[in-house]
Amino acid sequence: MVASDIDRGHGALNDKKKRYSAFALARNAASYHQDWQRAWRKASPKASYDAVIIGGGGHGLATAYYLASVHGIKNIAVIEKGWIGGGNTGRNTTIIRSNYLWDESASIYEHALKLWEGLAQDLNFNIMFSQRGVLTIAHSEHELKEMSRRVHAIRLNGIDSDVMSPAEIKKFVPCINIDQSIRYPVMGGFVQQRGGTARHDAVAWGYARAADDMGVDIIQNCEVTGLRRKGRKIIGIDTNMGFIKTNKVGCVVAGHSSVMADMAGIHLPLASRPLQALVSEPIKPILDTVIMSNAVHMYISQSDKGEMVLGAGVDKYNSYAQRGSFPVPEHMIAAAVELFPFMSRLRMLRHWGGIVDTCPDASPILSKTDIDGLYFNCGWGTGGFKATPGSGHVFADLIANDRPNKIAAPYALSRFETGFLIDEHGAAGVAH
Amino acid sequence: MLQLPCPYCGPRDELEFSCGGEAHISRPLANNKISDAAFGEYLFLRDNPKGVFLERWRHASGCRRWFNVVRDTVSHDILEVYAMGSKPRRTAGKKAYNNSWRRTTAAEAAAVNK
Repeated sequence: MVASDIDRGHGALNDKKKRYSAFALARNAASYHQDWQRAWRKASPKASYDAVIIGGGGHGLATAYYLASVHGIKNIAVIEKGWIGGGNTGRNTTIIRSNYLWDESASIYEHALKLWEGLAQDLNFNIMFSQRGVLTIAHSEHELKEMSRRVHAIRLNGIDSDVMSPAEIKKFVPCINIDQSIRYPVMGGFVQQRGGTARHDAVAWGYARAADDMGVDIIQNCEVTGLRRKGRKIIGIDTNMGFIKTNKVGCVVAGHSSVMADMAGIHLPLASRPLQALVSEPIKPILDTVIMSNAVHMYISQSDKGEMVLGAGVDKYNSYAQRGSFPVPEHMIAAAVELFPFMSRLRMLRHWGGIVDTCPDASPILSKTDIDGLYFNCGWGTGGFKATPGSGHVFADLIANDRPNKIAAPYALSRFETGFLIDEHGAAGVAH
Repeated sequence: MLQLPCPYCGPRDELEFSCGGEAHISRPLANNKISDAAFGEYLFLRDNPKGVFLERWRHASGCRRWFNVVRDTVSHDILEVYAMGSKPRRTAGKKAYNNSWRRTTAAEAAAVNK
């Protein structure tokens, strides 16, 4: 069911001078690395564009990149209020997987995973994509049974997924505690070996550099203050850098989607919530995979710098404050320490929050709106990073052709009228 | 961490409460004739303001009673607490109540308490 003939785009960074390679490194070493070119231009807005993408995170930059490379629409701008990749793109726990329960989800997340595989070559940028496996743990008989049912559903969609016994888990992750005497013992789990992590900043930078190379203007510190329309048609956007004329606007602003929708006078089924993450002090390599637990609700991996990277669920109330509440990290640390007792003596190095746009069915929205030329890509909630290339790829297709393709169609806003929800609450290991 | 003033028990830590989301969503009557779109609006669409927000909370680990809160979603300031079934009285809450798009929806118009 998953398309294998993805048009990955082409034409970026053909200029030998600009390409990153071992030779480029050697060439630049000769000039003491003083002559590296800027990865992207500092652009100021032109009077008009064929399309404007609001939001310079991974999804927005990927959308711009695929608009230019796949659809040949190169007169476009990416408008970013802060700096690119400074929002949730730089705040997530970088987990990538495609082991979702429903066909619609399998389709979009596997589309993304296939794009992740080879993305570094596509972008000529080392995104440090590491398919180290993602292991989801079960802590009860019932959870284990439900998990094996899910594994079969995932495999029917052609996505790799395997059940593991506690002994196999112990072999796969030697530092885990599988003692049956703990409050929530490890009863088994399932693994997606093709899952893993990538360097989140590099994803934003790689897409930005490749998009810029094809002529996309990346405009930072530019805040959208209004959407201008004539009747039911978008004619441009107002920003703190002035009016920009365009008849296609793609909103990819995560936690601020409702704010943008307000400007257009439309309503979305979203709640903006803080999602927190934290890292420990760096230690020597001990965990070479990603561990997720639904029941004790925590996910953990080790970064290349050696930090243990932890995340959990969203805070329980709406917020735009980019900081979370104390009980959430306390809960995730408690869960981590029970599964990995050695962590009890680690110190926390950093802790932060990002504002995610959660949807009632825990699935994203990729949709046209009642306003011609206004498109929304939002509602990714707690699990957007893994979808970055796929989201950008299908959203670019939606904007370019003004109709959703097969992958995007189920994610239209109309599902909240028809009731065809894609209920992924907990369906794929809950934690994203 | 928030400290919420439960109108029945006094100020307590956020841990004791559960948040019920947007307040003042009226359920349309079962026998009315609103469209699927209007019902979807009632069921799924939510006000999600950056700023003053009217929401319901429950003192889950205390008196277990529900109440309404006017809270700023940027500063987390709690501006007013008022009983279920009543409307905000202070300026910020009143303004948020009257300006919400929810007041103009077909589902609200079809609700019994309107």
